[in-house]
Amino acid sequence: MAINDMVEIRWHGRGGQGAKMACMLLADVAGLQGKFVQGFPEYGPERMGAPITAYNRISEKRCTVHSNIYYPDYVVVVDESLLDSVNVTGGLKEDGAIIINTPLSPQEMRPRLQGWTGKVCTIDARRISEENLGKNIPNTPMLAAAVKVSGVLETERFLADIEESFKHKFASKPQVIEGNMATLIKSLEEVQEG
Amino acid sequence: MNHRLSGNEAVAYAMKQINPDVMGAFPITPSTEIPEYFAGYVADGEVNTEYVTVESEHSSMSVCIAAQAAGARAVSATSSCGLALMYELLYVAASCRLPITLACVNRALSGPININADHSDSMGARDSGWIQIYAENNQEAYDNFLMAMPIGETPSVRLPVMTCMDGFITSHAVENIELLETDVVRKFIGEYHPEHYLLKKENPLAVGPYDVSPYYMEHKMLQAEAMKAAKARILEVAAEFEKISGRSYGLFEEYRMEDAELALVLIGSTAGTAKAAVDKLRDDGVKAGLIKVRVFRPFPGEELARALAGTKAIAVMDKSEGFSAAGGPLFAETRSALYDLNQRPYMVNIVYGLGGRDVKVEDIEKVFDRLADIAVTGETGPVYSHMGQRSKEETA
Repeated sequence: MAINDMVEIRWHGRGGQGAKMACMLLADVAGLQGKFVQGFPEYGPERMGAPITAYNRISEKRCTVHSNIYYPDYVVVVDESLLDSVNVTGGLKEDGAIIINTPLSPQEMRPRLQGWTGKVCTIDARRISEENLGKNIPNTPMLAAAVKVSGVLETERFLADIEESFKHKFASKPQVIEGNMATLIKSLEEVQEG
Repeated sequence: MNHRLSGNEAVAYAMKQINPDVMGAFPITPSTEIPEYFAGYVADGEVNTEYVTVESEHSSMSVCIAAQAAGARAVSATSSCGLALMYELLYVAASCRLPITLACVNRALSGPININADHSDSMGARDSGWIQIYAENNQEAYDNFLMAMPIGETPSVRLPVMTCMDGFITSHAVENIELLETDVVRKFIGEYHPEHYLLKKENPLAVGPYDVSPYYMEHKMLQAEAMKAAKARILEVAAEFEKISGRSYGLFEEYRMEDAELALVLIGSTAGTAKAAVDKLRDDGVKAGLIKVRVFRPFPGEELARALAGTKAIAVMDKSEGFSAAGGPLFAETRSALYDLNQRPYMVNIVYGLGGRDVKVEDIEKVFDRLADIAVTGETGPVYSHMGQRSKEETA
């Protein structure tokens, strides 16, 4: 299939932060909207805090390619400290964007991105998460930021569909749904593009 | 029904729809999620399966053997060292003609220890007497598991079936999937009524006793005949399955092979990646094609020979290193299958993707580039080689 009618996203996080979960949620919600999707993690040694990578392909036709993603349209960095140890912009397409979890602005982050000249987006996922969920679970804000920046899904419908998805996922603890939805809405508003 | 499931979720869901009598359950990465999801179905009362937790895979397969011998339907799931620990019992299951169904989530077999995909686990069990069916993606993993029992349980076959999918690449990747309705699945699978079983009081029998030399060879011959008979049954079941699913399966899939001059033969998820390479090459006018082997046991040798007869150069790609010093298992059997052709194409073997080494579309394109050279020059270069490994300088 033609590669250009497909959006490819690479997630960088640390074990335990939920990057894989966000990647799977994005696949599920995009699938609900009639897209063909892939969401898959790349595992190394399984331990909390170790760098992990996860991938999404979202397309109009089924994609049969099962390799990792080397030339992503978007890169999501769930943990700012990875910028010092992982080449997060590696292969990122020039007209793509990197989305970083940080309280700093895109302008402040750019010098740390090894000469990356494309779009830089930032979001204070930790603060949003702590304000709305009472603890630091950065994956939900990063998911919203990825949807907003990539435009891969229409945001209103994304919110409606993900609420449905949460109702299944959190069937045993419905009290967390409200906080997660508030986190998503806040994140859609707050993500900065620069 | 259009859903999004990982390969492991899909197989667990197929098991739920089948509602087997017994599951022998022991966890090992990357197949752990299968007994994990299934335990949820048991706890929620969605199945009435006897879920037997054990202390090892040797025991989980023993549970399956005992249950199936008693006249029940038994399933299990495993990977890598777990399959290796079942090794003795795999032979017992097959030679007792017990149509157990096992989901093998392919993972490298130690050592060094590694949790990622290759086929060294199931390829090591290729001579155990189990039918082996491999999936490219989550949909095929689901479909293959549903077809396993109608294949294995039929009286002309009566053999256990191993359905295989690539660890993580398929087992942990969420993709779109079409699921069948449960009542349709139940009707397709049918009830299991073996002619002979341990608990049949009208006809008590022993299962798995010592076999003396005057009988042993006859029994092995019967087992070999059953494996031969499985080929026709696999195709019959595929035809029945197509009626309820609209999805068509054969012993292998031929992708753009009509007039192909350069061809790959391979197994599993990499076939999907290779299809994208074939499409690109076809757009450039290269007559490329591929064969994805779905059924490795019984081996479709004659059928492969026919499908590959018109090609000029073939690369057989093995996702396992057999240490034969002469090529991987898929290569050995494919090359043997083509021996009787009047005009044999050039053939090379490429071992790839061990321990989760990733394979890109460009990697496959390079293989086709090499085949194009071979077709023109007639020079194969090294017949048996490896792909994707770093050089000494790169790893220094």
